[in-house]
Formats: sequence, structure tokens, C-alpha cells
Amino acid sequence: MITPEDIQKLANLSRIDISEEEKISFSKEIDSILLYVSQISDLAVQTEIDNNIFQVRNVFRADGEPHESGLYTADLIKGAPKNEKGFVKVRKIISHD
Amino acid sequence: MIDLNNLSIKKAKKAFSDKEYTARDLVSEYLDVIKKQNPTINAYLEVFSNEALLEADKNVSGKLAGIPIAIKDNILIKGKIASAGSKILSVFTAPYSATVIEKLKKEGAIILGRTNMDEFAMGSSTENSAFGPTKNPIDETRVPGGSSGGSAASVAMNGALAALGTDTGGSVRQPASFCGKVGFKPTYGAVSRYGLIAMGSSLDQAGTITNTVEDAKVLFDVMKGTDPMDSTSYYPDMPVKVKGRLVIGVPRKLFEGIEKDVLENVELAISKFRDLGYEVLDIELPNAKHALAVYYILMPAEVSSNLARFDGVKYGLHKGGKDLLDEYIKTRGEGFGKETRRRIMLGTYVLSAGYSEAFYRKALLAQRLIRRDYDEAFKKIDIVLTPTTPTPAFSLGEKTDDPLQMYLADIFTVPANISGNPAISLPSGFVMVKGKELPLGIQLVSTHYAEDTLFKAGGDFLGE
Repeated sequence: MITPEDIQKLANLSRIDISEEEKISFSKEIDSILLYVSQISDLAVQTEIDNNIFQVRNVFRADGEPHESGLYTADLIKGAPKNEKGFVKVRKIISHD
Repeated sequence: MIDLNNLSIKKAKKAFSDKEYTARDLVSEYLDVIKKQNPTINAYLEVFSNEALLEADKNVSGKLAGIPIAIKDNILIKGKIASAGSKILSVFTAPYSATVIEKLKKEGAIILGRTNMDEFAMGSSTENSAFGPTKNPIDETRVPGGSSGGSAASVAMNGALAALGTDTGGSVRQPASFCGKVGFKPTYGAVSRYGLIAMGSSLDQAGTITNTVEDAKVLFDVMKGTDPMDSTSYYPDMPVKVKGRLVIGVPRKLFEGIEKDVLENVELAISKFRDLGYEVLDIELPNAKHALAVYYILMPAEVSSNLARFDGVKYGLHKGGKDLLDEYIKTRGEGFGKETRRRIMLGTYVLSAGYSEAFYRKALLAQRLIRRDYDEAFKKIDIVLTPTTPTPAFSLGEKTDDPLQMYLADIFTVPANISGNPAISLPSGFVMVKGKELPLGIQLVSTHYAEDTLFKAGGDFLGE
């Protein structure tokens, strides 16, 4: 059972504001979705697969040939809601008390 | 007057070269339709009228020279807003273009505008858009499907010759089916995802909505290919060749519980393929019935991670608060709609300590089983045939209060995303519902990189 308190906890973890009413509606909806997806817990899964589930691997670009420094900076900074002198501006995160 | 109803890329190109009409004439014709239809249908969020006309006058050459195309709003076009149907990106201007956009433009395509969609491609009806729902041009009381509902509606209302969408669990094929058009999702990775706003990165794929199967092939041939900007993209130099006599497999066990009209329609399609000389076999995909459950674990998990970047600092909407954390929480709370927040929390849950073994890891294992089912099936057959959707287009508001019911609309399309196989939805007739004829679709799935097999069978089916 997912409770409204669980929903508040998930909202905190995912940094999302939700209302009191939504805590109740989300708890019911997420509960029914989890009940549905739990069907996979009955699947008989063989160990040969079990030992090797991560088939994908990362592909990395080779180092070198960087683009000219600052080429895209202005375009990207322009997108930041608060910016100043070519920097993204954020709230102070260290408090004095 | 240009006959937009029966137009294809090939026909339009022939009309250009025969000097029957010009690219500007064609673009003007579509812009006129959009002007009349869009206030009701809401297929487009923005129309690039002036630029489209200017482009049409350029008289360029290329495989898509002068062809007007609509673009789903989660595909980046440099200098244009890319909102992904979300309030949080309503002010975001794309600083670069997606690889698919570059490729279309290089071949002379004309971009008509940005189409409406479920927020971040999460939904099956386009009702989750922050900019209002799109209506189905065939019956305005019904949904066009989703999440690429705006793209499907743009083609169905004769507001574009073709449209691009993205398909994570059926978001191209399901709306194409609801709107009576051809919807095509390539093999995972066959088309670059660079410049697509990510939802479930291991499942996302760009696809097309077109009038004909041949148009889907023309667009795919332009868009496919390994892209250094997307390390998950890959397309072989020698894709799978089309065999002489194709064998279709039908997994009838998966059809249990679907509407009689839809079943009858599928049986009709099967006989048609038999008449066309295709061999049809019954097959089993024992684990495919679990694909939707697997999807609603893997996808939200990836959503919760992919959407962490939207914090009101780097780009998009910003809401002030008492400190930085408060700003994050307020920006995301106000910027994301209900379904998006629901999936982020669901993903956070299935990835959290104590639950990730039971949900996320188990889903990855089940995904392997489903893939193996398809691989085994494709040793004996070339194509898996199912309905595209369990019902025709449903009414606006019918499923908005019950997310699980909405999810079930994708029960036949999701398996191809879980297995990474290419799939195509073809219009297969109509069903009469409350005095209106609503389109139905069948879906063909083939082995990885056998897109040409789908184009061959699809073309045969539609008599192209």
C-alpha cells in the first residue's frame, strides 16, 4: 500500500511540490499502477539471463579536437532564466547560521 | 486546388517537375487549411508561415525538395521554441537543431510548424499537453491518440504532407491508427535521437506519420544512419533484405478480451495478406503480455532521471522561493503537469533502495525474456501481426481520470519498444461508432533492421 505519507516522501526525493489533495489521489493511482506492474514478480527468470542483464555498454567519444572555447556559451547562457556576465546566476546556497 | 487527400511525396514531386504547381502553391494550400482547421483541432502549437513560404521559393533540390512537414514539439529546431508540450519549457528556445531536422532540411524539406503533444510525450491522447488537447479531425469529440497527437492530426486534417513524431511506447503508431494514417517506428537507434527531448532514452525513437507507406520509406531513408552525436544510434551498411515469400505470425493469445469489431478487422487483414500470397502462421510470444508492466517500470525510472535536469536554473521556467531547494520544488511543482509528476514519482519509487531489485531489476530481466520471444519467433516468421490498438479513438475526457486505463491503450504497441524492433501501423478499415466511421489500424513488427520488410508488406496491404 502506498500511503499519502509515502507520496510526500517521493515528492521530496524528486523535488516536486504537490498539494494535500494530490497526495491522496496520487497515492491511489500509483498504488493501482504498482499493483499492475507487480505481475512481473511471478515471472520465472532463468539464471543464465540473471547473470548477464546489462547488455548495453557505454560508447565514449575519443578525447581531442575540442571545439573552440566559448563557441556556444552565449547561446546557452541566454537560455538560463537568471544570468549575469556570461554566468548562470543561482541563489546563495551557504547560509551563515 | 490541389488534391491534398490523395497526395504523397512522390506525387507532389512529380507535380513540381511537371510544373503542375509549385512548392509555394503547395505550402500555401496547407497554410490555408491550417488557418481554417487549427483553431478547432489544435494540431499545431506554432506555424512558421512566412519562413515556410520563403523556403518554398528557394527552389532547392533534394529528395524532399519542397515537401511540407510538421514537427513534434519535442524535436529541436534551432531558434524555435521547443516546449515538449510542457509549461516548464514554454519559454525554451532551441540552441541547436536535432540531427533529423538537419537531415530533412538538407534534402529540401519545408518545416511547417511545431505540433502539439502530451507533456514530454507522456500520454496516449494528447490531453496531457499544457497547451490544451488536440482533437481528432475525423471526429472532434474524440482524441487523436498520443503522444504525437498533434503530428497525426496535422496530417489527418490535410495540414501537412507528413509529420515527425517520437515513439517511446507507441506514440507514433497509436495516434496514426486513431487518425487513419500510416505510423512508422524504426528499429531502436536506427535514427539519431540527438536533439530529441528525452523521455525514456532506452526506448525513445523518432518516427513518421504519413499518407502512404512509400512516404514513410522516403523519410526513413533520409533520416536513418549512425550519428556521432548519439552514441546509441546505429544503422548497418547492409540492413536485412526482403525475402521472396514473407511469412506472417499472429500471436492470437494476446488478443483475448479486445473488442469484437477490432478482432474482426484483424481477421480481415489476415485474409487479405493470405490472398496476397503471404503465408500466415499462429505463433506464441509467451512473455509479451508482460511488456506493458515492464514498460511502466523501465520508462518512469528513466523519466525520473531524464527530467531531473529541469530545475529552473539552467533553462526553462523559473519560480522564486525562499532558498535554492525551495525554488527547485516550486519550479518543478508548477512547471510539470500531473502525469509528468506521477511518472517522476513512480520512477523514483521503482529505483529506490529496497524496491529496485523487485521492480527495476526484475523488469530488465523480463525485457530480456520478451526480446528472446521475438528473436525466437523471427527464426520462423518475418512479420508479427496484431491490431495497433485495442479500440478505435476514444472520447475526449474518457480516460483522463484513470491513468491505468489510459496506459492500456498502448498494450499492442509497447512490446516493439521493449524489444527494440521496427514496427508500422497501417490503416485497415473503419468501425461504426455512434453514427461515425472511426479508423482502425493493424501493426506489423519485423526483426531488427528489417524496415524494408515492413515497407514491402505495408505497401502490398495498402495496394501501393
